[in-house]
Amino acid sequence: MKTTTLLSTVAVLALSSMAAQAETLRLLTWGGYAPEAVIAQFTAETGHTVEVTKSNNEEMIAKLRATNGGGFDLAQPSQDRVSGAQEEFGIYKPMDQSKLETSLFIPSMLEATKTNTTLNGEVYGVPHVWGTDGLVVNTALAPNVKDYKDLCDPAMAGKVSYRVKRPTLIAWAFSMGKDPFAAYADPVAYQAILDEVEAALIACKANVKTYWDGGDEIKNLLRSGEVTAAMAWDTGGWQLNAEMPEITFVAPASGALGWIDTFVIPARGRADEAAYAWINFVMRPEIAAQITAEAGNFTASLGGDAGVDDALKARYQASFPQEAIDNIKWYPTVPAGLETLEGAALDRVNAAN
Amino acid sequence: MTDVPDLECRALSKRFDSFEAVKAISFEVPKGSFFSILGPSGCGKTTLLRMIAGFQAPTSGDLRIKGRSVLDVPPNKRPVSMVFQHLALFPMMNIGANVGFGLRQRGVGKAQIKAQVDRVLERVGLAGVADRSVDSLSGGQKQRVAIARCMVLEPDVLLLDEPLGALDLKLREHMKIELKRLQSEFNTTFVYITHDQSEALVMSDQIAVMNRGVFEQIGTAKELYYEPKTAFVAGFVGEANKYRAKVSRANGKQLELLTEDGIALHGLDAGGGLRPGDAAQVFVRPEAIRLSRRAADTQDLGNASAGVVDSVLFNGANSQLILRDAANGAEISVALPQTGAFRDLNKGDTVYFGWEPEQTRCYRAEG
Amino acid sequence: MSKDGSRLGLILLMAPLLLWLVTLIILPHIGLFVVSLSEKVGVRTYETGFGNYAVFFTEPLYWNTFARTAYMSIMATALTLLIGFPVAYYIAKLTRGRSKTTLFLMCLIPFWVSELVRTFGWMILLRETGVLSSFLQYLGVINGPVEFLYNDFAIMTGLVYTSMLFMVVPLVTTLDSLDDSLIEAGYDLGASSLSILREIIIPHAMPGIVSGCIVVFMLSLGNYLTPILLGGKDSLWFTGLIYSQFITRFNWELGSAFGFLLLGLSSVIVFAALKLTGQSLGKTMGR
Repeated sequence: MKTTTLLSTVAVLALSSMAAQAETLRLLTWGGYAPEAVIAQFTAETGHTVEVTKSNNEEMIAKLRATNGGGFDLAQPSQDRVSGAQEEFGIYKPMDQSKLETSLFIPSMLEATKTNTTLNGEVYGVPHVWGTDGLVVNTALAPNVKDYKDLCDPAMAGKVSYRVKRPTLIAWAFSMGKDPFAAYADPVAYQAILDEVEAALIACKANVKTYWDGGDEIKNLLRSGEVTAAMAWDTGGWQLNAEMPEITFVAPASGALGWIDTFVIPARGRADEAAYAWINFVMRPEIAAQITAEAGNFTASLGGDAGVDDALKARYQASFPQEAIDNIKWYPTVPAGLETLEGAALDRVNAAN
Repeated sequence: MTDVPDLECRALSKRFDSFEAVKAISFEVPKGSFFSILGPSGCGKTTLLRMIAGFQAPTSGDLRIKGRSVLDVPPNKRPVSMVFQHLALFPMMNIGANVGFGLRQRGVGKAQIKAQVDRVLERVGLAGVADRSVDSLSGGQKQRVAIARCMVLEPDVLLLDEPLGALDLKLREHMKIELKRLQSEFNTTFVYITHDQSEALVMSDQIAVMNRGVFEQIGTAKELYYEPKTAFVAGFVGEANKYRAKVSRANGKQLELLTEDGIALHGLDAGGGLRPGDAAQVFVRPEAIRLSRRAADTQDLGNASAGVVDSVLFNGANSQLILRDAANGAEISVALPQTGAFRDLNKGDTVYFGWEPEQTRCYRAEG
Repeated sequence: MSKDGSRLGLILLMAPLLLWLVTLIILPHIGLFVVSLSEKVGVRTYETGFGNYAVFFTEPLYWNTFARTAYMSIMATALTLLIGFPVAYYIAKLTRGRSKTTLFLMCLIPFWVSELVRTFGWMILLRETGVLSSFLQYLGVINGPVEFLYNDFAIMTGLVYTSMLFMVVPLVTTLDSLDDSLIEAGYDLGASSLSILREIIIPHAMPGIVSGCIVVFMLSLGNYLTPILLGGKDSLWFTGLIYSQFITRFNWELGSAFGFLLLGLSSVIVFAALKLTGQSLGKTMGR
């Protein structure tokens, strides 16, 4: 009798202390990065609940800017969009490294991201998911597409799709033998590269069926055969490959573009406790493997790829032989102001006839 | 002048699904006459008019204007014009443009249109209003503009669809005279439909009384009034006291009847063919009944009785007296003579009244 | 006392309208206007000026995009009127009672689903592997698949479809009020169908035509989804430009300026069209 009373008292205490600490984590992320099962497990373990808002780089920044960094407790922009946006709009708060279990991260990736997201001595981001932009090709219908500029081959007329976004500009620059990243610091040189790329993309416009905007849209176009080659994310290619073996992701000759999506804490986030808990939770290898299975991309979790199913690994290895991995062009931080130049170029590409 | 009538209908019929609105009507309207079609609402007169105008195609029969069949002529090519019930003046145009509308459609030159419009407006007594808007006119003036709009086209026949219905009483009385004057002024054939007998009686050369899709009688106003051929005409045109009676004796056209209230009447067989025992409808006009304060004055009239004054409906020249028959309590309406002899008559007074058998028109009762 | 009471009642009646106007229309516009006046000169440094507006007039791209958007919207408006007028005339004048209600509802049915779904519907019909292309191949009219999507024709189709109701409703209302006897009187006076349409029906329906055209033009000009989704690579639409300035370029200043230019220029176009056709806004809205 006595013991049960004691036990229930403990239980009530435990529950109430948990309730006092339980927070709602408002997570601004990409599709696939927060699977239902992972959220359920997280809530069961920590008591924190999670509200997911799916978005993309530009919208994340725009949303946070509109509220001066409020409305969300954790966001996941790509690493090249962290320090520039922070400098411009001040929408993030520095990461408290002591609250992170850094041993969970692949050390090289963690260091690279820290460096890329440092502003005035403060670190603003840690890596989560990484992947590449490259070519998704229907190898039966478009066997000759090996590089971005092959999409502009007259033989591909009307069967091509890509986005009118900055990755396209960067990709074409590499494909044309330039190094846009090297020119980041020199706006004049960068503008010169942009002018050439703009001309090439305008010339290529006749080949394009439509500019795609969302992942489902491009997958639909490839699946129906209306588009036979596209510049797109590796995951899309691998997902299609599972359905139709002739479609797969191809690392372009001039190099796939590597991106790392990070964790950042918005300036006016109210659930930092839960945010750090979430980061430490999802970086556990077994959780990371679940996210990889859902999103299709690998994570910065040390040993996270061990639990990934073999089919995905096989596709990854088929698309990325060692030299292709070595050839990945990782996005450096975008200097503030560069995007204005890119935006004008993209507008002109969009408007050209 | 030829003998060809301006408008001629031959066995004209119109059937809507199961309902026959116009039943094989035939008539002729001679040139330059004012022809009215008088009937209660729903009698088919509007359908008939719309067939003449061309808005509805007849089910069978022929329609001729100046001797030529116009069945296959669309409304915008028919040599008839119509004045609509609510006039249908175009609110988006000024008066000049309204009147000149038809001429414009014919491709007449601008200067000539203006001259003709001014002339016709002057003829209807509205000179100088061409630039004003339709809304600035009074009801009677609009009426005249509507007629001018038609007359400027010099139609063979002008159709008028109860155009006075929307006017107030005083204006209506005035416009009756005005319309008749305009008709003789333009010397155009008018076909006028109305449910108002006084409009028809005052203006028309010929009146057709229409009921349930057929013409009951065609004749002049006087003929309809004094010699109605059917019970419907007798009841619809002018006022009448009605009795239901049974023929007790027939001698040629002279009848003796017994009403439902048991009064013996002497009358005239107006429809023909009534035999003793037949049910009859009997009509006596209030103005045919003579009044007297002495029984002797009315005793010899063929039909005579005494009555108590129930009420005096004083309305100037149209004053009426409602009497209650002393014998059986039946109500009877009598026109009050304008001589002033009965001006001191009051409710409850007893008077004697009577009328000639010739004024007692009897028709076979229907149903 | 009662006068004060009625004034209080008036204020209470007006309060929701004023609240709506001030908080949801006027205040955001003031904010937007202030933003549009700040020129970015460096990181987190801004100057006040009309530079953002100048960008619109000096960069032919933006100017051309607006001109194209306006031109396409005007064409869409004209097309909607051309298609909507006979439809409205049929509903208002040639049907009665139940069938009238049914037809009217049929015009409304597309609006029971969201604009996105409606647009996807058109994408399913028009895409290369879509219904229309397959059907034409089945009939043997075309040999291979044909892409009907991603061109101006597709944008126009989508815009007209989206706008139809907003043209038909005011037209039906004005045509309903046209007395049939006016049309009959026109015929009776010798007019052909064409001149009745020109001289009687259209002048009468003018307020409906004008209000329908204004609404359709503004809706088309301000449409975002339809041109972007159906137009594909040629979708260039001014609202898309505003969106990209706000969202993908983080350039709120230019985006705000574009927003105000859209407001101003579209008002100018509507005003000019009213003047050209000799109509006045008061006359149109008064009915």
